[in-house]
Amino acid sequence: MDPKSNKFFRTILITLTTLILSSGPALAAATINGAGATFPYPVYAQWAWQYNKETGVKLNYQSIGSGGGIRQIKAKTVDFGASDAPLKAAELDEAGLLQFPMIMGGVVPVVNVPGIEEGALKLSGTTLANIFLGKINTWNDAAIAKENPGLALPETAITVVYRADGSGTTWIFTNYLSKVSPTWKDSIGNAKAVKWPAGVGGKGNEGVAAYVQRIKGSIGYVEYAYALQNKLAYSLLQNQAGNYIAPTSTAFQAAAANADWANAEGFYLVLTDQPGAESWPITGASFILVHKEQANAATAKEILTFFDWCYRNGASTAEKLDYVPMPEAVVSLVEKTWAEEIKSTGKPVWP
Amino acid sequence: MQTKTHINLDPAFRWLTLASGLAVLLLVGSILYTLVMGAMPALKHFGFGFLTSQDWDPAFMEFGALSSVYGTLVSTAIGMLIAVPLSLVIALFLVEIAPPAVSRIVGGAIELLAAIPSIIYGMWGLFVFAPFMADYVQPWLASIAPGFALFQGPPMGIGMLSAGIILALMVLPFITSVTRDVFQMVPAVVKESAYGMGSTTWEVTRKVTIPYGIQGVVGACFLGLGRAIGETMAVTFVIGNRHEISASLFAAGNSIASTLANEFTEASDDLYLAALIELGLVLFGVTLVLQWAARWWLRRTARKLGAVR
Repeated sequence: MDPKSNKFFRTILITLTTLILSSGPALAAATINGAGATFPYPVYAQWAWQYNKETGVKLNYQSIGSGGGIRQIKAKTVDFGASDAPLKAAELDEAGLLQFPMIMGGVVPVVNVPGIEEGALKLSGTTLANIFLGKINTWNDAAIAKENPGLALPETAITVVYRADGSGTTWIFTNYLSKVSPTWKDSIGNAKAVKWPAGVGGKGNEGVAAYVQRIKGSIGYVEYAYALQNKLAYSLLQNQAGNYIAPTSTAFQAAAANADWANAEGFYLVLTDQPGAESWPITGASFILVHKEQANAATAKEILTFFDWCYRNGASTAEKLDYVPMPEAVVSLVEKTWAEEIKSTGKPVWP
Repeated sequence: MQTKTHINLDPAFRWLTLASGLAVLLLVGSILYTLVMGAMPALKHFGFGFLTSQDWDPAFMEFGALSSVYGTLVSTAIGMLIAVPLSLVIALFLVEIAPPAVSRIVGGAIELLAAIPSIIYGMWGLFVFAPFMADYVQPWLASIAPGFALFQGPPMGIGMLSAGIILALMVLPFITSVTRDVFQMVPAVVKESAYGMGSTTWEVTRKVTIPYGIQGVVGACFLGLGRAIGETMAVTFVIGNRHEISASLFAAGNSIASTLANEFTEASDDLYLAALIELGLVLFGVTLVLQWAARWWLRRTARKLGAVR
C-alpha cells in the first residue's frame, strides 16, 4: 500500500476507536425497556423525558400495540409490557406476570350531525349499541328522538365510523357494548378487532376523528384526548345509575373510584359500565405487565422506582395530556402488591 | 520497476454472480417457506374455504380472504386503467413534442413524485383528495349516470374509487419514467426515415416509436402493477377498511395489504396471526399468477407486433 492510503486508514481507525471509547460512559447509564399499547404512549413518553431529566435513567418505550407488548414481555425481551386489555388471572399465572393499572382514559362517542353541538345529544347504552349494530339508520329515528325531546334531529343517514386497526380502544368500546346489549355480545363480541355490521374504518384514533369530521351524519368513538383536540361533538351517555353524563376527567375518576380494585384478582378490572352517579360508562385503564420473578434485583428496583415516580409526580402531566391518573387508594393497593409479589432470588424488591 | 502480474479474475467473477443469483432464489424460497409455516394453523383450520369466504370476524375466529382479494384486484385494476394510458401519453409528450427544457422540468417533477413516501400520499389522500372527491367528483359521477350500479351510495370521498385513483397517481411516475427512457432509445435514424417519407408526428409515434418500445412499456407496466398490488399505507388511509364486497365503487372496501397493516400488530391469538399470514401468502400467490400471465402475454404480443428485439 502506498503511504497516502496508509495514513488515511490510520486516521479512520483512530477516529473510530476514539468514538467507541468515548461513548462508553453514555452506554453505562441505566435504560428501562418497555413495549406495548399505543393509547398511553404520549403520557409515557412525557414521563420518561421528565424522569430522565431528574434522575438520568432512560426509558425506551416502543408503542407497537397491546398484542405486541404482551408477546414481548412473555418473551422477556423487555422489562415491562403495556396493554389496554387486561389479562385474566390464569394467563398471568401461566406467564408468571404481575399486572397493575397505570393510567386511565375514556372512550367517547363523537358525532357530526348538522345542528347538534357538543354535549347536546343524549344516548343510552342500548341506543348506542343499536346504532353500531346498524339497526338504527337515520338520526331522526324514534329511539333517538325519545331520549332527546326538544332536539331537532335531521333525516340524515347514520354512517358508523369504527377503528380499522386492532386496538385497545375498540376492546374497551366493544366491552361496554357487550355489557349493555345482549345482541351485541352474542353476534359481535368483545375484542380488539371485530366484524362491524355497518360503517367504515379509520386507521387509528386520528383516522376515526378525520372521518367523523368529514362525513356528515357520522358517529364514531375516540379516546377522550382526540375528541378534545379535534373539537369533535361528543354525546352524553347514560350510565348504570341512569344519569346522562358528560365525558370529563371527573367522570372517569368517578368510574375508577367506584370500582372494586381490592377484590379484582390480578387487578383484572374493566372499568366500563361501573356503578356510581357520576361515572362515565366507557372508562378504561391501561395496564403494565412485569415478571414476578425478577432476574436482576437492581433493574427491578429501577423499574418500580420509575413507576412509583409516575404515580406520585406524573398526575399534572397526565392531566395536561387529557389522561386521568390513578386515584390514591389504587396506588397504595398496587404498591402493596409490588412488595408482596415481586421478588428476586427469594427476596422482595420493593420498597 | 515491478510489473503487475496478470491475475485471472474470471473465476471469482463467475462465482460472485452465481452466488448473487442463488441468493435471490434463496430469499424468495425462504419468504415462501416462512409464509407457509406461519399460515399452517389457518391453512389446516379453514382449508379452501378461506379463499371463498367474505367473513372476517376476529372476535369469533372466522376468517375469509375474499373481500381482501377482491379489494386488492379492483383497486389495482382501477389504478392501472387510469395510470397506463396517462403514462403513455405523458411519456410521448416528453419525448416527441415537448421542447428540451420543458421535457427536463416535467421529467424532473415526475421523478420527484416517485420519491414521495406512500404514507404522504395516504395522508394527502385523506385530508385533501377525499373531501375533493366527496364534494365534487362523486356527486358529478352520480349525476351523469343515475342508477348505474358502480356509482351508488353516499359520496363519502373514501372508498374503492378514491383508493384506485391514489394508486394511479403513485404508479404513474414509475411507468412514465421507464416508458420515457424506452421511447428515447428508439434510434433517431429510424424515426428520421419515417419523417423523410412524409409521416406526421402522430404516424411516426404510432407506427415506429410505440412498436419499437412496446416490450419495454409492458415491462414498465408490470413494474407499476407490482407496486400497486402491494401498496399499503396510501390505500389504508382512503379505502374505508370494510371487509365486505360491494358493487359500488363509492363503497368502502379493503385490500390484503391494508388488512395486514391494520391488524397485524394487535393480533394476539395464534389463529388470527396465522390467518393474517395466510393472507400474505394469498397475495404472494396472486402476484405470482399475475407475473406468469404477464410473461405469457409478453411472449404473445412480441410475436404479434413483430417487436424489433
